[in-house]
Amino acid sequence: MAKIVLENLGHSYLANPNGEHDYALKPVNLTWQDGKTYALLGPSGCGKTTMLNIISGLVSPSHGRLLFDGQDVTNIPTSERNIAQVFQFPVIYSTKTVRQNLAFPLECRGVAPARIRQRVAEVASLLDLDYALDMPARKLSADQKQLISLGRGLVREDVSAILLDEPLTVIDPQMKFMLRRKLREINRQTGVTMILVTHDQSEAMSFADEIVVMKDGLLQQSGTPEELFSRPQNDFVGYFIGSPPMNMINLEARQGVLATDALSLTHQAPTESSTLLYQMGIRPEHISLVDDTLANIGVGIIKKIEHLGVDGIVTLELAANVLIKAKTRKHTEMTVGTTMGINVRHNDALLYRDGILAP
Amino acid sequence: MLQINHLTTVDAKVSLDDVSFLFEAGKIYTILGRTGAGKTELLRALMGLNPLSHGNIKLDEKDITEEPIRARNMSLVYQQFINYPHLSVLDNVAFPLRRQGKDKAQAQALASTMLATVGLGEFLQRRPAQLSGGQQQRVALARAMVKQSRILMLDEPLANLDYKLREQLREEFPRLVADNAESVILYTTTEPREAMELGNTMIVMHNGSIIASGAPAELFANPPTKDTASVISDPPISFVSGFVRNHELYFSEGHLAPSEGLVLPEDGPVTIALRPDAIEPDGVFNAKIGLSEFSGSQTIIHLDFDFGRAIMMVEGIETFAAGDDINVSIQSEHIMLFAPDGRNITLRNN
Repeated sequence: MAKIVLENLGHSYLANPNGEHDYALKPVNLTWQDGKTYALLGPSGCGKTTMLNIISGLVSPSHGRLLFDGQDVTNIPTSERNIAQVFQFPVIYSTKTVRQNLAFPLECRGVAPARIRQRVAEVASLLDLDYALDMPARKLSADQKQLISLGRGLVREDVSAILLDEPLTVIDPQMKFMLRRKLREINRQTGVTMILVTHDQSEAMSFADEIVVMKDGLLQQSGTPEELFSRPQNDFVGYFIGSPPMNMINLEARQGVLATDALSLTHQAPTESSTLLYQMGIRPEHISLVDDTLANIGVGIIKKIEHLGVDGIVTLELAANVLIKAKTRKHTEMTVGTTMGINVRHNDALLYRDGILAP
Repeated sequence: MLQINHLTTVDAKVSLDDVSFLFEAGKIYTILGRTGAGKTELLRALMGLNPLSHGNIKLDEKDITEEPIRARNMSLVYQQFINYPHLSVLDNVAFPLRRQGKDKAQAQALASTMLATVGLGEFLQRRPAQLSGGQQQRVALARAMVKQSRILMLDEPLANLDYKLREQLREEFPRLVADNAESVILYTTTEPREAMELGNTMIVMHNGSIIASGAPAELFANPPTKDTASVISDPPISFVSGFVRNHELYFSEGHLAPSEGLVLPEDGPVTIALRPDAIEPDGVFNAKIGLSEFSGSQTIIHLDFDFGRAIMMVEGIETFAAGDDINVSIQSEHIMLFAPDGRNITLRNN
């Protein structure tokens, strides 16, 4: 178990980096508490895997220090870090039984056979794999194989953290749901810190106590899912967290206020003249579609209704070329072409200046 | 029009079991199923890549079952973005046209128009490796579409892309395939939401068979069987056992279940299906909270009832501690009933 500190930690794969753009991970300061769940989230090439590889010791950072419980482990080899890893594809010995797979890491460390039996039984019960202990590992489904990969990390009693590198990629949607629940239960029961790398915002939101959003090697925002959802610090986080992304509506300064013909919600305009781009950010989930006489910020014509199951996404045209998306459960009662009123609470309409959340 | 009759395969990894369907030109069919349901095998059988032990394929009344692959007038886009690495983006897309015998100038002109449609007009001279994953998949899509085949098949085309790229391409999809509006488009996926969003008709596959088909919203509201309900529900649907006695519905532990508005079957066992919209906070049913997860502006709460597990979704960000007790209500207008043989027997009296 360990508290993990990234101290001015950065990495360039080049020997002589020349400026910021040569860094796969631009120097960052982060503190992760013992026993919590974290997600490193971003598109391909954002630096999340570099960060994970530095923590596991596969990459030696060109800048800064990595601390486990205050101890500098920056240059300590992977084998001495007490890190367990689960990868995108299950790594298991397919000819061995589940029991042999789980026992293997302990056998390699010369643990006494009686203790191995006990630990394997404990971990199998934690994973709900008791019944499968004597089955060949290859007979199991993809999600069960991922649990074995995880179990091989968990059997060791000295594990500081479990690193999960997109472990749900090959799992079908409904099974993902179950596996995520299992991961959270294991975190709660064992208190082991878990760090998940993913490009899937919904996975990050439901798994992590705290999410680190990255883009182009640069930390964008780190916070609880609630913070990232309700107050994205910039337009990238507004886009990357949430599906559909945050609606961004352009505003213009006129007579002391920032406004648009599309909606009647306004903000105080800055007193000094400015050439910045002003936008209003509204989450599709924060829009209530009501009768057009009850609208508080504007009306729109329904252009498209997408049925996604329990929820639906309704696209409305507010003015020429100004579209807004709303997420609702009432989509089955609506029809394309009708005019709906739009209700948004004042606090849910956020002002962005050149893509940065205004204070 | 593409007609398949009794397609059966035995040699493939997953066997097709007597699959018949009539596909109309100009429509998008999404084929939804879990890994191993037979989706890829169906496409491969249509292409002629998997030998049939039984059945036939007719394109506009003409039997093409024995036709060689190249003569079938079909294109297939794979999950892995497959492009010719040594050719430019433009030549990748022009290649199938050259093979059809078009001259170089004509092939390149058509290819560059198609590349503009998929948003790659600026990258004609790049090599595929110099593009992002999403752009590489657009090249593969453009190469499949430029042939204007009668049948355009896409096998989980977005599965290897980032979440956000997937979201963007799903949004653009109807526009991307607009040039193939006269074709039959078949699109496989494991994601219920993707299948519902993109398909005019959704086809559900399970264990090598087509188990249901129809308009996505209609199929979601009235799945004909328990297997169909299970495959198309994300978040997962919960099935708990129950029974009907003296015109009342009960959960297996003997709790009276709400049945207002439902026409109940004869006395006997039933399966009660609960989707997240069937459960709301406050009420007479007690459950233990297994886990609470955050998803956008909603909180997903995994509930352990004494009659089974289910999921509730509440608006807003609520903190529920795992292990705590909670009282909830179950809405009869959102529950579904299935017979022991799996048939949907939900009947509402309005």
